[in-house]
Amino acid sequence: MRVIIPTEVRPGERRVAATPQTVLRLAKHGLEVSVQAGAGLSLGLPDSAYAEAGATIVEDARTLWAQAGIILKVRPPEQHPALGVHEASLIPEGALLICFVWPAQNRDLLDRLRARRASVLAMDSVPRITRAQKMDALSAMANIAGYRAVIEAANQFPRFFAGTMTAAGKVDPAKVLIIGAGVAGLAAIGAARSLGAIVRAFDPRTATRDQVKSMGADYLELPIKEEAEGAGGYAKEVSSAFLQAEMALFAAQAMEVDIIITTALIPGKPAPKLITAGMVESMKPGSVIVDLAAEQGGNCAMTRPGEVVVHKGVTIVGYTDLPSRMASLSSQLYGTTVVTLLEEVWKDGRITINLDDQVVRGALVAHEGKITWPPPTPAPAPPPEPGVAVKAPKVEQNRVNHQPEPKPASGAVAALWAVLGAAVMLGIGVTAPPTFLGHFTVFVLACFVGWQVVWNVKPALHTPLMSVTNAISGIILIGGMLQLAHARLDAPTILGAVAVLIATINIAGGFLVTQRMLAMFHR
Amino acid sequence: MLDSLPTAAYILASVLFILSLGGLSRQETSRRGNLLGIIGMLIALAATAVRLAAGEAFGTTGYAALAAAVIPGAVVGAVLARRVQMTAMPQLVAILHSFVGAAAVLVGIATFLGPHSEHMTHSEQIVHLTEIFLGVCIGSITFTGSVIAFGKLQGFISGKPLMLPGRHLLNLFMVLATISLGIWFERTSPEQALLPLLIATAITGVLGAHSVMAIGGADMPVVVSMLNSYSGWAAAAAGFMLGNDLLIVTGALVGSSGAILSYIMCRGMNRSFISVIMGGFGTAEGTAPAAGGPQGEVRSIDVAAATNLLRESKDIVIVPGYGLAVAQAQHALAEVVRLVRDRGAQVRFAIHPVAGRLPGHMNVLLAEANIPYDIVLEMDEINHDLPKCDLVLVIGANDIVNPSAQDDPGSPIAGMPVLEVWKAGTVIVMKRGMASGYAGVDNPLFYKANTRLLFGDARKTVDALLTALRA
Repeated sequence: MRVIIPTEVRPGERRVAATPQTVLRLAKHGLEVSVQAGAGLSLGLPDSAYAEAGATIVEDARTLWAQAGIILKVRPPEQHPALGVHEASLIPEGALLICFVWPAQNRDLLDRLRARRASVLAMDSVPRITRAQKMDALSAMANIAGYRAVIEAANQFPRFFAGTMTAAGKVDPAKVLIIGAGVAGLAAIGAARSLGAIVRAFDPRTATRDQVKSMGADYLELPIKEEAEGAGGYAKEVSSAFLQAEMALFAAQAMEVDIIITTALIPGKPAPKLITAGMVESMKPGSVIVDLAAEQGGNCAMTRPGEVVVHKGVTIVGYTDLPSRMASLSSQLYGTTVVTLLEEVWKDGRITINLDDQVVRGALVAHEGKITWPPPTPAPAPPPEPGVAVKAPKVEQNRVNHQPEPKPASGAVAALWAVLGAAVMLGIGVTAPPTFLGHFTVFVLACFVGWQVVWNVKPALHTPLMSVTNAISGIILIGGMLQLAHARLDAPTILGAVAVLIATINIAGGFLVTQRMLAMFHR
Repeated sequence: MLDSLPTAAYILASVLFILSLGGLSRQETSRRGNLLGIIGMLIALAATAVRLAAGEAFGTTGYAALAAAVIPGAVVGAVLARRVQMTAMPQLVAILHSFVGAAAVLVGIATFLGPHSEHMTHSEQIVHLTEIFLGVCIGSITFTGSVIAFGKLQGFISGKPLMLPGRHLLNLFMVLATISLGIWFERTSPEQALLPLLIATAITGVLGAHSVMAIGGADMPVVVSMLNSYSGWAAAAAGFMLGNDLLIVTGALVGSSGAILSYIMCRGMNRSFISVIMGGFGTAEGTAPAAGGPQGEVRSIDVAAATNLLRESKDIVIVPGYGLAVAQAQHALAEVVRLVRDRGAQVRFAIHPVAGRLPGHMNVLLAEANIPYDIVLEMDEINHDLPKCDLVLVIGANDIVNPSAQDDPGSPIAGMPVLEVWKAGTVIVMKRGMASGYAGVDNPLFYKANTRLLFGDARKTVDALLTALRA
């Protein structure tokens, strides 16, 4: 069986579906590989690099496609500019195609593929389950896009990201808002943080809060509660009240932050418009917006897909080819996910499409002359509600459960203690002579000071603490000394002298043994 | 001038004592803290000596008498401090407490016998006598209680709780008798008041001894902390009777310190302070351990296999208990740790709050054996790491690693915080035999599938491990 790697025809697309490493891996499975001449040039790889890995180099595209048993591509098949035909029509009957398909947006492409009786595995439709993680091309690309978005923003941004104190004055750190904490958003948080910016992030799925915090960003909260996690861990549409609160949050943030990176996508829908023209205009001059949703229409009203526009001093980056701008890395990661998915269906030297395999069935969009998308049962992911896009507004009312349980018992006890304490103080105040009260004041204050100080002592030092307190309680020595004042040999003097003797043992013993112990503690 | 100078010096000394305790919050500052305490004490002594010299009759004989008392005391104290084994620290601390108690009794009686100010109003008189009485009684309880605690820790007296029939009634009777004596002491004429004071001293002495007798060996951390607290209150009471603020401040510092330590120790055992000082274990609740207790097969291990485990493990946690101190195995253990660490494994110690017979006792023992304090962690610091570590070595500890504290609500130690060693990869428990711990509770840890028992005396076993590791 021959695997072909055609050159991508979309202008500006620099990724390639296979690298020499993945060619080697394909060869291990007994597959012959043909690569179109010049396919790797965008990665800086000459044809010889593929040839060394065992691939045959084919000059002519038609010849190449005609040999294909398996086609590995990045972009969905489209009109071939050089040949003047649609790539789908080049697919040999019954061949296997693995690439991005975006079936929801490309209905007519599905029809073409069905007509070719091709088996098509869409990289974008691989279900998001644990077993399929190593075939998750979307996450791999999103990771790169998130990183690159920060780099593009830094490229446009006229200041440092990190706050710096220079001899010429202080530079404030950049403030970055990331909207959407999916793979791309989290990667953007990580990149912006490591450049030294102050990063905050918002995502309507509250489950992302810990992930955001773990990357070192602040998680922005809305005053309203609603769960926005749909099937497969993707975001779903939300209620209008929630949307209003969200927009108010973005409007407030827009005035404060320097950089906004938006990554909000809802599967199979145009990207939600989250940043209005007004918000853009409220941003400080020199601010940058990077719209990762540009290809799906953009999260920002001013975004022009594929372009960088400047609107009233604010730069809006609408690149749709961020992974392609790091083509070597993206090709390597994409190629690996493609081969891993291929290994799922390449069994014992032939293609075996097992419709009971959850991963294969999820990714399969056309097979044996039928459109097999969407798959019959949606991915049984954790969320309870099936379906990809759910729009039933559902404001959760679980605040009742969170009310702290009243503790009448402890309150009553505290009140009892307060009353007792007050009574004791009243009794002392009425009966005690003033000289006593002076000493009593000192006593009570000292108790509190001791209480505060001793709580700070490390448990590891409790034994030294005991021996030091032991030593200083030998201060009772002073009581004994005062009995010696009369210098007469009577009972008080003798008792006092004995007290001095034993208290001195305490003082000397306590301090010295503490010193000995503390000298032992070392790092 | 000579009237105000001692007072100023006393204020300075109070501040230095507070800073001294504050310095103990971290190992790095602890030595300076101790030094500040010593300086504070020297200032206080010097100031008192100056004040005595202001009295007309003191003179050379007075100083000679003072020196005759101070110098032998200092020498004895220094020798004690130098000679004491670190494993014997609990005993030393206990006996030092008894000295404070005894000094408080002597100072109280001497104050009573000494000349009184003639200008006291009646209420001042009552307050003064109450202070003397309280000071003497607290001192007496501290004295006898500490002597008994010392005896138990040293092994003169059995560590088993002494359970006299009706002991609570007996204690109650002694408390009531003491209160009655106090009232007699204050009402009667000064000439006859010495008798009730001495009787009360004797009764409170018996009370102190009896209440400590009823407390078992493993509750000693609480008892010693409690006596620490009492010795502080005794000093504070002496301060009241002498009108000396320095004694009051110091006594209050020591008293609250001891109270906090007692509280921490009780929390470490999940027991109320009252139930500990009432003595006996588990008797008050009346819950019998689950019939038969956990049963199962015990898997033992020999030194060679244990050595292999030590060699192979990357992340090792050692849980020391009182058995380590008894066997004096800390130095050999430190050597084992050094060898294992040299092989690149991570070794840490997990210290339960009530491990040993004194708060922080294990830390001192490990420090003595030259183990760096930054690998010695508290229970809360290490408990969440235990599931990740390969090997746990339990040496001379039992109740503090007993899973039934969490699993068995009927267990006498239910709710006590414990080190969750059973979550680790493998647990080696060094034990002399199959006896249960102090609480008398069987330990299901020994029957877990990942537990191996290494029987033998801790000292000999650790020595054998060391020899095998060196080979």
